[in-house]
Formats: sequence, C-alpha cells, structure tokens
Amino acid sequence: MTKQHQNWSPYDNNGGTCVAIAGADYCVVAADTRAVGCISPFTGAVRQKLGMLRVISHLGMFGGELSRADKSLMASSGFQADVRALQKVLAARHLIYQHQHNKQMSCPAMAQLLSNTLYYKRFFPYYAFNVLGGLDTEGKGCVFTYDAVGSYERVGYSSQGSGATLITPFLDNQLKSPSPLLLPAKDAVTPLSESEAIDLVKTCFASATERDIYTGDKLEIVVINADGIRREYMELRKD
Amino acid sequence: MFRNQYDTDVTTWSPAGRLFQVEYAMEAVKQGSAAIGLRSKSHVVLACVNKTNSELSSHQKKIFKADDHIGVAIAGLTADGRVLSRYMRSECINYSYSYESPLPVGRLVVQLADKAQVCTQRSWKRPYGVGLLVAGLDESGAHLYYNCPSGNYFEYQAFAIGSRSQAAKTYLERRFEKFMGSSRDDLLKDALFAIRETLQGEKLTSSICTVAVVGVGEAFHILDQGTVQALIEAFEIAGEEAPASEPTAADQPPPEPGVAADQGAPAEHDAAPMDI
Repeated sequence: MTKQHQNWSPYDNNGGTCVAIAGADYCVVAADTRAVGCISPFTGAVRQKLGMLRVISHLGMFGGELSRADKSLMASSGFQADVRALQKVLAARHLIYQHQHNKQMSCPAMAQLLSNTLYYKRFFPYYAFNVLGGLDTEGKGCVFTYDAVGSYERVGYSSQGSGATLITPFLDNQLKSPSPLLLPAKDAVTPLSESEAIDLVKTCFASATERDIYTGDKLEIVVINADGIRREYMELRKD
Repeated sequence: MFRNQYDTDVTTWSPAGRLFQVEYAMEAVKQGSAAIGLRSKSHVVLACVNKTNSELSSHQKKIFKADDHIGVAIAGLTADGRVLSRYMRSECINYSYSYESPLPVGRLVVQLADKAQVCTQRSWKRPYGVGLLVAGLDESGAHLYYNCPSGNYFEYQAFAIGSRSQAAKTYLERRFEKFMGSSRDDLLKDALFAIRETLQGEKLTSSICTVAVVGVGEAFHILDQGTVQALIEAFEIAGEEAPASEPTAADQPPPEPGVAADQGAPAEHDAAPMDI
C-alpha cells in the first residue's frame, strides 16, 4: 500500500513581484499590488483577484508618521498571509529595539534581523520572497535580497517574486552591477539619478506585466532619500 | 511605622489585619522624588522631579513610554519601575500584534495591578517598591491612573506621588475641577506649577524636571529640555533661589550611571545626562 500523499498544503502563492534599486544617496523599492487567489485551467483561466494589498511595509514607521528617521523598506511577494505575519513580527521587534536603544534600527541591522527571523522558521518557512531597501549608516542606498529561509546578501539591485525571472536579466543589462567577487570591491550602487532609476523600475514592471499573469493592476513605488520617504503609483495592465 | 513581630514577611498578617510589608513598600514610594499627573478630556500630562544624588552622576529616568498612547511616571525604587515599564511595553506590543489596535489603558492598569498583587501573596517574593502614574489615551478618552505596590489602582483627574507630593496635591486639589476643560498648554502650566510646589523654594529649571504629554493626535513623548525651559519662562514660574540647595533623599538606590538615558538636549549647567 503506497503512502497517501498530502493533498492539502499550508501554503498558497498569491504572486506579485518586487524590485529594489540602490543609488548613491537614494533607494527605490517597488512592488505591484495584485494578489491572486488561484488560477485554474479548468475554469478557463479565470482568476480570483484578492484585491489590492500593501506589499511594501515601512519598517521605520512609528505612530504612522513618515519621518526622516525611517530607514528601511521591505517589499515581499509570495504567500500573502506569511508576508503579513512577517511584517508584523518585524514591526514588533523594531518597536522593542526602539524602546531599548532609543533610536531607529539602521537598514543593515534590519537586514540581519530579517535574516534571523526567516531562519528561525527554517523548518516551516515563511513563504515570502523579500527585498529590503533603504539607506545605510553613511546615507548610501542599500538593497538586500533574500530567499525564503533568510539567506541574504547586499546588492546594488534585486528583483523577487513571480516576475523576477523577467526583470532580473533586464536589470543586469541596464545596471551592469560589478561582481561582488571582484577585488578591490567595487561600488554596487548605480550611478543613475533618482528619476532615471524610477523610470527604469516603471519600464521593468510594464514589461513584466505583459508576460507574467501574476503581475499587474497597479505599481507602488517608494523612494527613500535624505529628505525622507515618498510614494508614487502607476497603473499597470489589468488583464 | 515601627518595627514589630508581624512585619518580617509579606505572608504574615498582623492582628489588626494589616500586611506590614505591603505598607512598607508604599513607604518606599513616598521616599522617591515627586511625580505628578493631570488630565483633561483630550490630553494627559506627566511631570516629575529629576534630582541627582551628586553633580557627577546622570539623571534617573522616571518617565517611560509604553506605547504611542500610553506612558508612565514612577516614584520609588526606579529599578522596579524599569522592570514594570518593560512589562507594559511588552503587553502593549503583544496586544497590538494580536488585535491590531492599541491596548486600552484600563486593561493594562488591571494587568499591572494583578501583577503587583501576586507579590503580596507569595512568601518568596516582595512587593514592588514603586508607584506608577499611568497616563493614556484610548477610545474612551484620556485617563490617568495610579498603581500602588499593594495591587490597588485608582483613576484620577490629577495626582501626585513621592516626596513632598502633598504640596502638589494641595495645589491640584484647588484647581482640579477645571482640568477637564483645560487646553494642552494650561495643563502643562498647571503641571509645572505643581512641580514647583514640591521644590519648596528651589528654582524650577528644565534640568531638574521632566515633562511628558499624550493627547488626541499627539503620541506620547517626553518634551525636550529646550521646550520645557521655554514653557517655564513663558509661565514665569521659576521661583526664588534657595539659599543652599542640597540634594535631598531622591530615588531609592543610588542611580546607576549606565541606566539613565538622555531625555533631550544635555543640561547646560548640571551634570550631563548619559547619552546612549
């Protein structure tokens, strides 16, 4: 008698794509807002739209104010319930840090915390694919990219989620980031200006939306620089 | 308060039906430096006297933020107060995490009171030696509570605890009926006046007091020294110089230098508070 295979999974993939690009004194983090329930071939590719979501969470927000002290943004794709749980856990841990140290967590510190939080559930992982963007302690843009169990590295740009396979090669070509293995270490941040980087991100998503069924509806772009944080939105194809 | 054969541990009743250890704990609160609170319909103000044992040491931190909508001022054993405020922060975070809404002040206060009560009924524990003035804002409005080492708690319009708090209480008793309708600035003024009452002639400056506010649309925060000094000058309540100002019996254990955190800008004429 063969073993019965589990036909229920605790995970779901709600799709979505995130991108982050680090500049000399800014960081751009972007994600689409579509969340998909399921796409089934039997129903003729009808999908349930779960609605617009906040996929980018401000890890520097305290009391709902966007202040100059905000340093980190996390964009996540994958299983939305795990994404939300991860956001909440990190927000709580950040609050504890602020109570204990009287200051906000720096982006590199948050990067380590996110990695530890993900690895904590190594044997029942958060199904979340994250990019963390912000300004490091010197005010330079930094992007950290993660896998589902917390393996991370600092990079100049990154893309995660269902459209990542379409976006990453394009960014590789446009941003020509030097290999982290080179010596002497080359700066990973892009020399592009902030507005050029934003346009690049918009182009990435416009293209990814064409071919990836899980990406589309609306694009949320958040930019951190020395003046603080600001948001922008762009419409994407709805089909 | 005198030594007798029924005060050795907290689980011994006296023939008169008193628990002396609990009453001694409340004495510890009276020895701490003064803390006052007052509230209106929309704001709550906490203020406390921050005296140091010597010019060389830093100020003892006596006001703690528990959450955006709750803060606490302590008098008595500040180490006990630190531990309790850590508990409050943890409870606020856990409640927010589960219910995605701020912990109602009344609930937190009851949890604190129950925690204090446990220490009055265990032979291997001692009561917390700290009184807490909990200031908070929730859906039912602005609240000020006082938590006792005994496990009792009461809600107040205005209250003062710690050494020489009676002077402040007298001041507040005369005025409390109008606090409900007071503006934020009036509350601050009354708070600073009340603090001055406890100083008994000593000059009130921002380097010896700490003020914190929470209100509708205003998260709990401690006012920085510059703002407080400006308020003091605006209200003209500095008072006269004391001929010889000596450090009084301040907070219970000598303040540990590593503990206190900077409230705002470093004091100009006093010992600089520790920077973290």
